[in-house]
Amino acid sequence: MNAIYILWLRSLKHFVRSKAQIVSSIGQPMLYLLALGFGLGPVFQRAGEGSYLQFVAPGVITMTVLFSAMFSGIGLIWDRQFGFLKETLVAPVPRLAVMIGRTLGGATVALLQGLLVLVLCLLVGFRPASWAAIPAALPFMALIAIVFCALGTALGSRLENMQAFPMVTSFLMMPLFFLSGALYPLEGLPGAMRYVTAANPLTYGVDGVRGALIGAWHFGAFPDTLVLVAVGALFVGLGAWSFSRIQL
Amino acid sequence: MIEVVDLACRFGDFEAVKGISFRVAPGEIFAFLGPNGAGKTTTIKMLTTLLRPTRGSIRIDGLDPSTHPHEVRRRFGIVFQDPSLDIFLTAMENLELHAALYGMPRAGRRERIEMLLRQFELWEKRDQTTQTFSGGMKRRLEIARGFLHTPKVLFLDEPTLGLDPQSRHQLWNHVRAVNQAEGVTVFLTTHYMDEAERVAQRIAVVDHGRIVALGTLAELKEQTGTDSLEAAFLKLTGTTVRDEAASNAENMRQFMKAWRR
Repeated sequence: MNAIYILWLRSLKHFVRSKAQIVSSIGQPMLYLLALGFGLGPVFQRAGEGSYLQFVAPGVITMTVLFSAMFSGIGLIWDRQFGFLKETLVAPVPRLAVMIGRTLGGATVALLQGLLVLVLCLLVGFRPASWAAIPAALPFMALIAIVFCALGTALGSRLENMQAFPMVTSFLMMPLFFLSGALYPLEGLPGAMRYVTAANPLTYGVDGVRGALIGAWHFGAFPDTLVLVAVGALFVGLGAWSFSRIQL
Repeated sequence: MIEVVDLACRFGDFEAVKGISFRVAPGEIFAFLGPNGAGKTTTIKMLTTLLRPTRGSIRIDGLDPSTHPHEVRRRFGIVFQDPSLDIFLTAMENLELHAALYGMPRAGRRERIEMLLRQFELWEKRDQTTQTFSGGMKRRLEIARGFLHTPKVLFLDEPTLGLDPQSRHQLWNHVRAVNQAEGVTVFLTTHYMDEAERVAQRIAVVDHGRIVALGTLAELKEQTGTDSLEAAFLKLTGTTVRDEAASNAENMRQFMKAWRR
């Protein structure tokens, strides 16, 4: 318990001390929000779908959480190359506790970055259905963070070099993001797209965050939660297994 | 304190450690002296639960690392060959993290951290992140960390690699001081003969995964009929440079590891 807490705290300290990470984690989502939000706004309006900024802001918040969570896996490769990982692996603590502490830490950081972007969205003109919508969106953001941190841990356990990690994760993250309904409505998609988006776990995360924030549900809160919890359990299991197999 | 019988470790076709046996008494400073690739680090990894032996038995304070890993881990501290500090945390935070990982009781934790930081001359720098530290300071902090949870054994894997003579000298003085004050057993590996000679009570000369001689400095000189440890060492291990062969084996291991993934 102590070990989980101290490793979680370590992630937060790293985050707070790395200003570059904070700024860069906000830059990309803001570009999406401003360029797409205002750029596609008129077209979206003319199609009778209302404000695109309102629609895309939850997608951009989800994207922030996704990217930050997946990239937490690079911390594992960093710790392996710079040796700190050994310190935790010879400590009298089960590896599962080490993995959980790291994953919760990464997930908390991802959640904080998501909240930061949410605040920026509010500043740019995004308005949730009500103020109570913001706490309602938090559990979905937290679930997305845990699901993809665990996946990041699984990848970080298997890849040993720093150069391979961003390539592999981008290869995974981009399709996850573009095929999730973060940028467009799921209603009326052509056949193949409907199946692909439905098979993407992030779709349920986007739906949860968007549903909670602006009340536009596609699947509903219960199916979203169910899918995220199930996929989360699977990925945490996979992450724990990969982590337990690390050999130094 | 440490009892090893017929310990061996094999990586594929390459046997890094080929059946070694030795005992280290409580409170003793014991050195593994050997050229590069002799199997020193592999042995330490097996003693510290990071690697499973292919055969043989290990007892640390009477416990088997493969069946009681956590009890064994609580009983030793280790300083790895390469650095293992968190460079984004301060010296103090690195030690606090270690104390929490080892489940040290809160009472007395602060005092012990302060005592060790003062002893290793890092107290003034306690609130600086360790990325600002010199090589010698990092090493000292790692050794202080190794002693923090009052282990019974401290493993030091080539701790002075890359340090200047002043830092090396100071480091060994610190290690000896804690060894005497707390009765900690120290197991170290090195390929610097002067260090083995100055610090260790008994020395095992290892080569190609075997212990080729074991004893006090005087015994080693007598066995080989030489008048210095260096002469004894060269007589036992020959004058061939094995860097080449050893690093090839290491490369192969790396390659195998990458291939299996």
